[in-house]
Amino acid sequence: MPSEADTEAATTAPADEARQVLLEAITADLGDAVVGSHLIAGKDLWIRVTADAWSETASYLHGRQKFRFFNFLSGIDWMPSPFGRSLDATVDTLLEATAGTDAAPAEAAAGRVTGYAGGETRFQVLARVHSLTTNLGLTVKADVPEPALEVGTWTHEYPGAEWHEREAWEMFGISFAGHPGLRHLYLPGDFEGHPLRKDFPLLARLIKPWPGIVDVEPMPGRDDEAGSASTGSASTENPESE
Amino acid sequence: MTAISDRRQLAYIAAQAADARVNVELEAEGMTLNIGPQHPATHGTLRIVARLDGEQVVEADPVMGYMHRGYEKLSEVRTYPQVTALINRIDWLGSFANEVPFILAAEQLMGVEAPPRARHIRTILFELARIANVTLFLGDMGVQLGAVTPIFYAFRDREHILNQIESATGGRFHPNFDRIGGVKDDLPAGWISETKQSLGQIRKFCDVMEDLIVGNEIFQARCRGIGVIPADVGLGYGLSGANIRSSGVDWDLRRDNPHPGLAYDAIDWKVWTHPDGDSFARYWVRLQEVREACHIVDQLLDTMPAGPIMAKVPRIIKVPEGEAFVETENPLGVMGYYVVSQGGLEPFRVKIRSASFSNMSISPWLLKGSYVPDVITILASLYFILGDIDR
Repeated sequence: MPSEADTEAATTAPADEARQVLLEAITADLGDAVVGSHLIAGKDLWIRVTADAWSETASYLHGRQKFRFFNFLSGIDWMPSPFGRSLDATVDTLLEATAGTDAAPAEAAAGRVTGYAGGETRFQVLARVHSLTTNLGLTVKADVPEPALEVGTWTHEYPGAEWHEREAWEMFGISFAGHPGLRHLYLPGDFEGHPLRKDFPLLARLIKPWPGIVDVEPMPGRDDEAGSASTGSASTENPESE
Repeated sequence: MTAISDRRQLAYIAAQAADARVNVELEAEGMTLNIGPQHPATHGTLRIVARLDGEQVVEADPVMGYMHRGYEKLSEVRTYPQVTALINRIDWLGSFANEVPFILAAEQLMGVEAPPRARHIRTILFELARIANVTLFLGDMGVQLGAVTPIFYAFRDREHILNQIESATGGRFHPNFDRIGGVKDDLPAGWISETKQSLGQIRKFCDVMEDLIVGNEIFQARCRGIGVIPADVGLGYGLSGANIRSSGVDWDLRRDNPHPGLAYDAIDWKVWTHPDGDSFARYWVRLQEVREACHIVDQLLDTMPAGPIMAKVPRIIKVPEGEAFVETENPLGVMGYYVVSQGGLEPFRVKIRSASFSNMSISPWLLKGSYVPDVITILASLYFILGDIDR
């Protein structure tokens, strides 16, 4: 057992060091553009850059840091869902409390939780690239400034970002300046709304709520039998309740 | 004698040229050809709008979304264990492989580690999913070129693997077998020896395919030098899996970033690459990968450890706050889940990075300048599953 722990430490330590070096190099080169970072030793690395530097970050990562493999690009809506949660989680009560006040954006922002590397806006874009030379992945995030909802494109460095940005555009309503053609990818051309935003209702769920983890609907047969109350079934149920 | 045949030949060529001119004149504006949404080469409903100049594709624009099911949105209103039932349907030919990265991401967030026996079973089923998936490709590629026989062999021999998956998990196509902290059940009695027999069938199938297809002159003529992807372009488009390995990139997550939740570290195997980057190379690499997968499963079956198949996990699973991205080398390429948890029963956001989506995003670039019959072989050799594009 101790030997196993030692080897695990030995394998994670250099990877961690590599990520630390990478993070230092990025913060040194990009300077003020890097506004946040998060490092989980031996697992993963996140950085957050300003929206203005989003596009140049791609050039830097592709050109200088040799992150040649483009993994994905997408968005996150950090707003707590106005529909609450369908299942009885502890967070539900908190959500209901904030939803009841139904108030100013400042309060909504207070209820908002942001993920690793921080964030100030409701929407964030995130992208992931991978380096084949160091075998490290890196997740890059950026806040999307609120009224414009626009950041630069990554297509000039990673042509594969084209479809991913089209998807983020239709799903979140984030537009990408310099993109060769932002049009619908999955949804029909006349579709209105942005489905992956938290305030976009999932109609199927609103019409018929999910039963949840504890099945609230009575199982067919069982409860009916108990209701029709034959004495035999009642006596068999007693030991179960005890 | 020779003069006459020469004259005949010249007349024939002239007639052909005249026909071609007429065609060119007719199509001077450029013709738009709709391939799909219902076309055998699309394995589902993908539509490609190709603008043609004669026989040549000037511009190709894939139209997707006919099967978009919104799994990212649906995942937000389901508990973690419920999500696996959805994501089984992303790549429906290698379903078990879809569950693995999501479960690994949840395990990473919870700090749970599956016991060694569960890791082994997981890895075996992962590789069996790969075999079941890619076997069908090996036969299907023949159909796209007009050879109907291989697909019957593929369906016949894939059945051996599906039977093994079914007897272990209860589901032929959608096992829904992976759990946070382990796997659902232990293997049934006699499964190991039966699986070894099935692997023998697949090995034989690979030999037959090598004879029937790889060695076939027509196949070589139709595929060599067609649809060439340079490594750098491929990486920029996010191409992964066998598609990028057949462009000479020696990169496989199973070897280079082995996840502790899978048992690839203890066995001896090889990553296959091909320098050419054409349709032929993509077929050849996949053929070798099926053999290699048989080799991997063989070793894992021999080294199966004893012990529990589930770690200690609470009955109601709440995942602590955090973010995790886990990617694995799936049959179609790199598949990853970016899971954001806010401490509830459900994920706050799930971003599904599916392999076929990125693999297909190169198609407008790749199809430009190709000829209409080659469009089919190029698409087939890229090997996508519609559910993996549309999610």
